[in-house]
Formats: sequence, C-alpha cells, structure tokens
Amino acid sequence: MNYKKTLATVAVAAFASFSAQAQTEIQWWHSMSGALGEWVGDIAKDFNGKQKDYKIVPIFKGNYDESMTAAVAAFRAGNAPHILQVFEVGTATMMASKGVVVPVEQIMKDAGYKFDPKSYVPAVSGYYTAPNGQMMSFPFNSSTTVMWVNLDALRAAGISTDKLPQTWPEVTLAAAKLKASGHKCPVTTAWQGWTQLESFSTWHNTELATKGNGMRGMDARLVVNSPLHVRHIENLGNMAQQGLFVYKGRAGSAGANFESGECAISFNSSAAYAGVSKNAKFKFAVGTLPYYPDVAGAPQNTIIGGASLWTMAGKKAEEYKGVAAFFNYLSDPVVQSVNHKRTGYLPVTMAAFKMTEDSGFYKQNPGTDVSVNQMIRKTTDKSRGIRLGNYVQIRTIEDEELEQVWAGKKSAKDALDSIVKRGNELLEKFEKANKS
Amino acid sequence: MLSLGLLILNGDKKVIFKSSWLPWVLIAPQAFIILVFFFWPAAQALIQSFQQSDVFGTNVEWNGLENFASLWRDDTYLASFKTTAIFSILVAGLGISLSLFLAFFADRITRGAWVYRTLLILPYAVAPVVAGVLWLFLFSPSVGLASYMLEKLGVQWNALLNSNHAMALIVIASVWKQISYNFLFFLAGFQSIPKSLIEAAAIDGASVWKRFWTIQLPLLTPTTFFLLVVNTVYAFFETFGIVDATTKGGPGKDTAILVYKVYFDGFKAMDLGGSAAQSVILMFIVISLTVIQFKYVERKVNY
Repeated sequence: MNYKKTLATVAVAAFASFSAQAQTEIQWWHSMSGALGEWVGDIAKDFNGKQKDYKIVPIFKGNYDESMTAAVAAFRAGNAPHILQVFEVGTATMMASKGVVVPVEQIMKDAGYKFDPKSYVPAVSGYYTAPNGQMMSFPFNSSTTVMWVNLDALRAAGISTDKLPQTWPEVTLAAAKLKASGHKCPVTTAWQGWTQLESFSTWHNTELATKGNGMRGMDARLVVNSPLHVRHIENLGNMAQQGLFVYKGRAGSAGANFESGECAISFNSSAAYAGVSKNAKFKFAVGTLPYYPDVAGAPQNTIIGGASLWTMAGKKAEEYKGVAAFFNYLSDPVVQSVNHKRTGYLPVTMAAFKMTEDSGFYKQNPGTDVSVNQMIRKTTDKSRGIRLGNYVQIRTIEDEELEQVWAGKKSAKDALDSIVKRGNELLEKFEKANKS
Repeated sequence: MLSLGLLILNGDKKVIFKSSWLPWVLIAPQAFIILVFFFWPAAQALIQSFQQSDVFGTNVEWNGLENFASLWRDDTYLASFKTTAIFSILVAGLGISLSLFLAFFADRITRGAWVYRTLLILPYAVAPVVAGVLWLFLFSPSVGLASYMLEKLGVQWNALLNSNHAMALIVIASVWKQISYNFLFFLAGFQSIPKSLIEAAAIDGASVWKRFWTIQLPLLTPTTFFLLVVNTVYAFFETFGIVDATTKGGPGKDTAILVYKVYFDGFKAMDLGGSAAQSVILMFIVISLTVIQFKYVERKVNY
C-alpha cells in the first residue's frame, strides 16, 4: 500500500508544478526584421522577465503585406494571433472589418488599466482612432517623412549648410547648384506616394481626400488633383526633365541610393536613421519636409508611417488581460523613451518625448528630434490622418502615374486626374464591400 | 504476380485489368492529389469570382458578373492583354529559338560535351525570383555590370523609366531561366534522330545547314510543339516571380502582365473577388491557346 501513497504524492506534485508554470501565451505576429527584429525580441524578453503570468511570443511573418495576408488566412481558419502588427495603409481595412478586432481602448479598460487617449501625441493616436473617438489600435512604431541631406555633397557644391533648405524653392536652388557642380543625383525620393502626396498634403494643411482624408467616413473621395498638388508634381516633373530630380524606384529603394552617397538630398522615413547612421560614410543631417511658403497654413504637421498593434477577436478573456498588460508595459514612458532612442521611431506619448528631451538625447544626436517636432503640433481636421480603403492599390496607382510624369510621358495634371479617377473606383468598391 | 490473374500484358503494350476495383485503388492517390490541389482551388476561384467579399471574409455577397464588368471597364487591364501578348511571344519565341541554336551546337560537340551541357542546364535550378534579382543587379542603373557596359556603348539604360528597357529586362530574365529546360528537350530530340539518316544525307552531299532544315528540324517538330505549349504556359503563369522581383509591373503599367495583376490584387490588395475573376479569365485564355495549338499547329507535327 505504501507505493500507492508515494505514487499519489508524486502525481500531485507533478501536476502542481505543471499548473504553477502554466503561463498564458500571447502570440504576436510582426514584420520587423534585421536590427528591428532584434529590437522586438528584446521587448518580449523584457516584458516576459518583468512578470510571470503572461508570455509574449513574437513571430516574424514576413513584410507588412505578407503578414497581413497570413493573418487574414489564419483568421478565416479560426487561427488568428492575439496581436497583429498592421502597417498604416491597412488601417482602413482593419477598422472597417466587423467582428475581427477588439479596440485597444476596450481591452485596456476591461482589464482595469487607466487609459488616457490625451497622453498620446495627437498626430499619432488620431490616425488610429475611430470616428466615435475610440482608439482602435496601439501605436507601436510610427515614423514620419523627413528630408535627408548629404552635408558633404552640399558643401562640395558650394552650398552653405548652416541652415538646411526649408522651402521647395530653396531645395530647387540647392539642386541646381549641385547639378552645376556636376552632381549626378541632386534630389531623389523614396515612398513617393507617402512623401510627395500624402505627407505633402497634411504638411500644407490641404486635403488629399474629402471627409478629412477619409477619417470621417467611407464615402471619402480623392481630391489629390487640386491646383497645389498639380503645381508641386509639375515642379518635380520639370526638375526631373532637367536632371535635378532623379527617380530611383518605388517603395524604399531610393534609401540605398542616399546611403551610398549617390544622391545628395532624399525624402524618406525618419526610421531610415538606423541604416543611415550605420552605413553612411559622409556627414548627414535630417531636415523637415520642405513647404511652399506662399501656402496658408503651411507647415502644419506631417503624416505618420509605420505600423500599429491590433488585437484580434475570438480569444479568451484571460488572454486579453495579458494583451492589456503588454500594452500597458509599452505605454510606460521609460520603455517608450528607450525604444525611441534605439530605433528612430517616434515616442508615442508626450511624457516619453519630454523624458527623452530632458535626458539630453536630442542635443547629443542632432536631427533625431526633427521627426518629433513635425508631429507634436496640434492637428487640424485636414491633417489628423489618412484613412482610405484599398490603399495598397491606390499607392501603386500613385506610383504608376507619377512614373509617367518623371518619364515625361504624361503631364502632372493628367497623371493626378488619372490617380483620382482610378483611385475613386477602388474607394467605391471598398465602400460597397464594407457597408453594414 | 501474373499467376494471380490480376493483370494481363498483351502484345499491344496495353495493360488489361481483370479486377474491377484494383485500377481505381491504384489511381486513387494521384486522383486525390489532383482533386485537392487543382480542382478544389479552381472551383473556389470560380465561386469567388462571382462574389464580393471584404478582406476577412466576414461579409460575403454574390454580385454576379460585377467583378468581370469592372475589369472590362478598367483601361489598364485591357492594356495588359497587349503587354502579356508581346511578352509571351518574345519569351516563347526567343526561348525556343535560342535553345534550339544551343542544342544544335551542343549536339555537334564531341570533346568535353558534358561541360557545356552542365553549364547550360544550371539556370533551371534557379528559382524565378532569384533569377529576377540576379538580372536586376546586373542591369541596375547605378551599380550593374551590364548597364555599365551599355553606357560605354552609348545606351542610357534606365529600366525604371523606360518601358522598352523594362520589358527587355523581364524578357531576358525569363528566357534565361527557360533556356535550360528547352535545351534539355531539344538535345534529347537531336540525339534521338537516327545517325544513319544524317550520314546518308551527308553522303548524298547535303551541307550541314541543309541537313538541319530538311532532316533534323522536321523530326524535331514533336519536341518543338511540346515546348511551344509549355513555354506559353510558362510565359503566362510562372513569370510573375520575375516581374515582382524586378519591375513590379512598372514603369507605369508597361510590364504588368496579366498574372502579375492577379497576384497583386489577390495577395497585396486582398481583393479576392477581382483577383479570382482575373484568374478565371486567364485560365480560359490559356485553355483556348492550348486548344488552338493542338487543333491547328499539331497538324504540322510529324510523328
């Protein structure tokens, strides 16, 4: 009979230790690779180390397109992750979906955390807030559009670098001087839809699409062929014909041309800081996006890029508590400041910005506060954010039409009219597919 | 096993099964695979082409022929028919003629033939996307070897803004990949021609060129026909990896072949109804092309 007692004791002990170690696992699908992938891993390690109830498991699922497609397929099969990192152009799709996501505000409140939307930088949180004022997703890695300048190249062309060019006329002048001194690629741009149309619009407090760029309703339509937009694209088109502006491809490919020193001035994400600071063999500086000084209301604020974290529906209550705990951890100003300094992504709360400023980081690393300064301003209805459906396709249309302008095949007006026509068809499709 | 009386091998090289269930059991695994991996997705695409759904599948509605109608209204979609036609003709034409040329000479080599054959077959092992990236680097306006040499010859290579350059790039990358496959078949074809025929013609005084045109080429027509069908399907379907890695359909929409738009709309833009409609149309195009080829071109083939 003794062995039965021993057996029973062993069994109970085994089960007891098993349940004590049972943590709630939270699946987090993300698209951060390379140095940023290590950053995500470190975040998870830090959070998991600080408490024992929940374990965040970050899984790299490919780039933003690929992980979103994977999540859609997983959701349809009933296997979605708890947290999904979705890029900013996917926001409209996520917001329009029904029964697919749980708003972050609800997650936090249900778990009993204090959640104050006003503590977030308005240009960041506004992008991810529903028309009814509820914050839908957690802003994780937000960047914005800035101007990257190769100081060595400018000096070699005889341009003074005490003050970076602030307006488009000044940029054009600098480009002309660069070309005159024999420079092969004075100005280029990455993410042309984002930098030259979207951020350009909000920076000039001009609408890219009606209804506050779609923030107020799905019946928004593109108006990116306004006189100001036509003027700007025409200017860039003329610069292209004169060799002042050289097109280096879609998406972020022009980033490599700037890092290698080939192009002197480039417009790209502030998050390019990681790559530029590591690879550039020249003195560089970060400037604000240029503006047209004669436009009323410019400069207003730039638009964010990057991604946010969405919580998928259909999970257990205990798991949502873990998600809330993770979001609470991410909102801590200390954690935010560390993340901001490491990656160049914006601090998403005012407290984190203040903390970073007080630590003297911006003084020691000039240029790192440019992106924040562009965003801290109050937003207007026309500059709060962009929320348009089928936006991946619309960005591609923008790429296609603008390429025709750079190649000299279409006038700026025709190209922008075409973007409006083709884009509005897609917006209509989106509205029809998502009406309740 | 012949003693079991299950199957009889008669002189016609046809296998006759006495058992009524055994043949079905033997085909079952293959039939299952074809059903699951071909018929089921095809049926699903057909169904989805008549539906309109949101990204997550929570709101699916039947909308009849609306997906097809909106494709018809899209000028760029109609333009991509022309782009695909030009692209496929170039890829199939160049692929077959170049590999025929190479196979002809490889056949005539006696010393070190295996070196040439191995080198010529190597590109087949490269995945389409890798091939695309390879050629993208070679032709990169900033750092590419090929664009450097072209500039020396006076050609300002810029596949980002020049449609002809972009088309040339994807044609070269696609043909390069396919040459190995075609080469293999043509070489086998050349070697299956009885040497006695060639020798007889040589004795009669026919030159190399005449021997090629009158004996070898006609006897190669089965291979050529087969490769024509395969290359057409390849140009239509399997080249999207190359387009995605190099031009992404640009500049503008000048290298957007039909299959690239199917991939982009389905996987990037997540418009499943539109993408399904396009793949249904693409399927019908390729089926009709294949039927045409079998009906009309096969008559010219000498078996």
